Amino acid sequence: MSGRVPMLEAASVTKTFVVGSRFRSGGIQHVQALSDVSLKVFAGETLGLVGESGCGKSTLGRCLLRLYDLNGGRITFKGRDISGLGQRELRPLRADMQMVFQDPYASLNPRRRVGDLIAEPLRVHGRRRESEVQDRLRELMDLVNLSPEFLTRFPHEFSGGQRQRIGIARAIALAPSLIVADEPVSALDVSVQAQIVNLFMDLQDKLGLTYVFIAHDLSVVRQIATRTAVMYLGGIVELGETDRVLHRPAHPYTAALISAVPEPDPQGNIRARTILRGEPPSPTNPPPGCRFHTRCPIAQERCRVEVPLLRPLEDAHSVACHFPLDGPNLPNGAAPGHA
Amino acid sequence: MPADMPTPADLLLDVQDLCVSFRSERGTIRILENISFTVGQREILSIVGESGSGKSMTSLAVMRLITDPNAIITGRIIYKGRDLLQLDARAMRDLRGREIAMIFQDPMTAMTPVYTIGWQIEEQLRAHQKLSRRAARARAVELLGEMGIPAPAKAATRYPHQLSGGMRQRAMIAMALSCNPSLLIADEPTTALDVTVQAQILELIQRLRQDFGSSVILITHDMGVVATVSDRVMVMYSGIIAERGPKPLVLAQPSHPYTLGLLNSIPPMHGARPRRLPSIPGSPPSPTGRPAGCPFQPRCDFRFEPCGTRPPLFANGEQEASCYLAEKGLPDWPHERAIRAEGRQREGAAA
Amino acid sequence: MLLPTLRRLAEMIFVMLGISIVVFLIFFATPGSDPAARIAGRNATPETLAQVRHSFGLDQPLPIQYIKVMEKLFISRDLTSFVNRGQKVIPAVIEATPVTLSLVLGAAVIWVIFGIWVGVTAAATRGTVIDRGLMLLGLVGVSMPVFWVGSVANLITQSRFHDTWLFHWVPGLGYTPITQNPWLWFKSLIIPWMTLAILYIGLYGRVLRANLVEAYQEDFIRTARAKGLSETRIMFRHALRTSLITFVSMFGLDFGALVGGGALLTEVVFDLPGVGRLTYQALQNLDLPFIMATVMYSSFFVVVANALVDIAYAWLDPRVRDAR
Repeated sequence: MSGRVPMLEAASVTKTFVVGSRFRSGGIQHVQALSDVSLKVFAGETLGLVGESGCGKSTLGRCLLRLYDLNGGRITFKGRDISGLGQRELRPLRADMQMVFQDPYASLNPRRRVGDLIAEPLRVHGRRRESEVQDRLRELMDLVNLSPEFLTRFPHEFSGGQRQRIGIARAIALAPSLIVADEPVSALDVSVQAQIVNLFMDLQDKLGLTYVFIAHDLSVVRQIATRTAVMYLGGIVELGETDRVLHRPAHPYTAALISAVPEPDPQGNIRARTILRGEPPSPTNPPPGCRFHTRCPIAQERCRVEVPLLRPLEDAHSVACHFPLDGPNLPNGAAPGHA
Repeated sequence: MPADMPTPADLLLDVQDLCVSFRSERGTIRILENISFTVGQREILSIVGESGSGKSMTSLAVMRLITDPNAIITGRIIYKGRDLLQLDARAMRDLRGREIAMIFQDPMTAMTPVYTIGWQIEEQLRAHQKLSRRAARARAVELLGEMGIPAPAKAATRYPHQLSGGMRQRAMIAMALSCNPSLLIADEPTTALDVTVQAQILELIQRLRQDFGSSVILITHDMGVVATVSDRVMVMYSGIIAERGPKPLVLAQPSHPYTLGLLNSIPPMHGARPRRLPSIPGSPPSPTGRPAGCPFQPRCDFRFEPCGTRPPLFANGEQEASCYLAEKGLPDWPHERAIRAEGRQREGAAA
Repeated sequence: MLLPTLRRLAEMIFVMLGISIVVFLIFFATPGSDPAARIAGRNATPETLAQVRHSFGLDQPLPIQYIKVMEKLFISRDLTSFVNRGQKVIPAVIEATPVTLSLVLGAAVIWVIFGIWVGVTAAATRGTVIDRGLMLLGLVGVSMPVFWVGSVANLITQSRFHDTWLFHWVPGLGYTPITQNPWLWFKSLIIPWMTLAILYIGLYGRVLRANLVEAYQEDFIRTARAKGLSETRIMFRHALRTSLITFVSMFGLDFGALVGGGALLTEVVFDLPGVGRLTYQALQNLDLPFIMATVMYSSFFVVVANALVDIAYAWLDPRVRDAR
């Protein structure tokens, strides 16, 4: 893995949001949404980004696509530094990197027909003839398993799953190589969720797409992601092959997160699990040292003072913890891997 | 009636043939069709289903909170021997919050934004008990503390938006429990929360029956949540009961293809990853577009001739399913389908 | 709570300063016209013009002119009308203010009480005949022009039915200060109050009903019912309280605008010597110093009312208090 050139690389990315106002109580506050985040995304893989709300996973997704300006660090896409580019310079790149959102309904103009919505990027970016656009539309509908008749309908006529298919069709219209999907299945019914996860995997096989897949649901990430990054309070705490991270977590936070996932186990009992106490601290005032130490079951004095850096363990697995766990920490059935 | 169903003496709630429909310009829309279930003392019943299954409507009907003048509600809702549907508005109001309490999915919108949480808990206490302001506040603070809120006296002076999601849900539960209700209805109480906080809230709900002696109806879409806390489970689909029974049986060997599909479509956390997730095709029907016969039939892989007529509930021991496959004993699912549920059981036992 | 309030008041002063500059520029720096000629009025003699030029410092740079005008308005208060020779503008405005305040305050009390009553009753009976009837009446109230209502009211109470038992108590048009005779003050204002309030009762009732109906869709109303609260309590403590925000902001703006001279038509119709009527007369005579003073006065009132609304907001909704 280390020898390959990454398609997308984030190096020490920092993003701060300024909230409040000089003239209001509390004054200006800085929310450290991302602090010193580095990761690589390789062509053809799916990088899962997991974490709880407020951990910065969505912000990171938007920074990777340069939908946000960075406060520090660098983002390289296909060998080109895009961190300093203005919106105008980014325009041509947008065709190659697209985003899929959680609620496709919110991002689809309700007054326009589905055909026009999907064709919009084609008309904006390409100098295509109308017949070519129509051909492409039918091709796209076929890719996302929707009937071409739906092109003349309006978004409100569709179910949640179908809307997400429309959102995906729109995202792949310009044949991008990278897609950042921000919680694309979390608003869907369970039975529909599986269809969309399958669709993502099929499209990757057919089109050779690269995904950054943001989710809070570990089981969905386990299903789709080749590698997984676990985030906590604006930083990556653990990064590695998905099976490795989820079955032999090295960071106590990852272990607690996995333990908290309720599984449809007939003998399920909540007492068998380690429950993490408390809630993540506010990103406006993060704790010193390791950001997780306030909730960590194994925190020690060193964790309260010294910030742990993301450091490599074996097998391209890295962790930001002074006292990483070793060995399998979870009941681990059959050998991980695709069946 | 199956053998170890709660006997009438233990029964807290007995819902029989509950039907809810709405008059509209295009005729009557049926939302719930013949829903029957019971809740025993200190029992946790999960009602699970997807959007449009009618699970939330069931809970609102039990609370008589369907205020739409076009609603038609029939059946019997026997609570401690009294039919709630026959009570006058005043008696029902007296019961709400005191005997049966309810918590909702998003405590941010479910609490009035302009009052402190202490005020809101006091309000409920004083609506049902003769208490002084001061005594009510003391009780509110005590409850907040019992729900695991740090510095409860200070928390009582906070407004809902000033608390985190987990703390808000704890405050909501404190409010619901303030009058020691015998039945707590929790409508998707953890859906808006993060997993680590969800685990805390589920633990809290499970503790309620020991500490408060409450029974719980837990409404959720998440089979994982069902597995974690419930005693019995009722799976709803498109306004009918698809399957119901003791949780370990239903999760280990579902007897309705919908339950099976629902369980299989959850990506596993352990064991082999399937190349493709077994998914249920299509999406749940809207109440106006429900198919004739078995409502699941258009999405069902096991559809056969009898499915054109509406199946009754067939019982196999304590497990009941409205599917013709369950007519003569528990259905045998094809190996490649059933393996996940079985594998999970083995793993669960090992863990 | 105190600090944001002080900050809001400071902002208010800042806005007032801005308004005064803009108003000054409109009157004194509009290109292509001689401010002296406009201030002096029609057919002014050259001596008057020279006097105006001198007293307003019109031969000096604009900032000096601005300071001179502000001085005349606020410190020496000797801004003089040239049309209405020798009348001091500021004392006239100060004299007119209690009249306008009496009119608007009384009307406001009426329209707030009845507006809330209409909104709450309609929302509580939504979908029924009562609801529809009230909303129709509200619409009628909104559509009737105030000068027409005023004229009709005068026609009925002053001439046609004045001698009947119903209206014989109505005094003649005009204003009696409350300090002089409170009972007469009340009697002479009651018809103008109602005339002015009708429009706002209709408007506020309809807006409040819409807000209440919306509030009834909120989750917290369902929670309040699940708590076993009575419908009355749900309406007043939960629905109304959260719906008052639009009501309060409308009230602040309308009240400010009316006190600032917006009740002009009512004042003219009922012959009340308030700020509105003063503005009306100044406009008729193109009396520039007067117009400037009343414009300034009314914009200040709108700004003050706005600041009060913001402060009331924070009191009504804790989320506003914490908003950063």
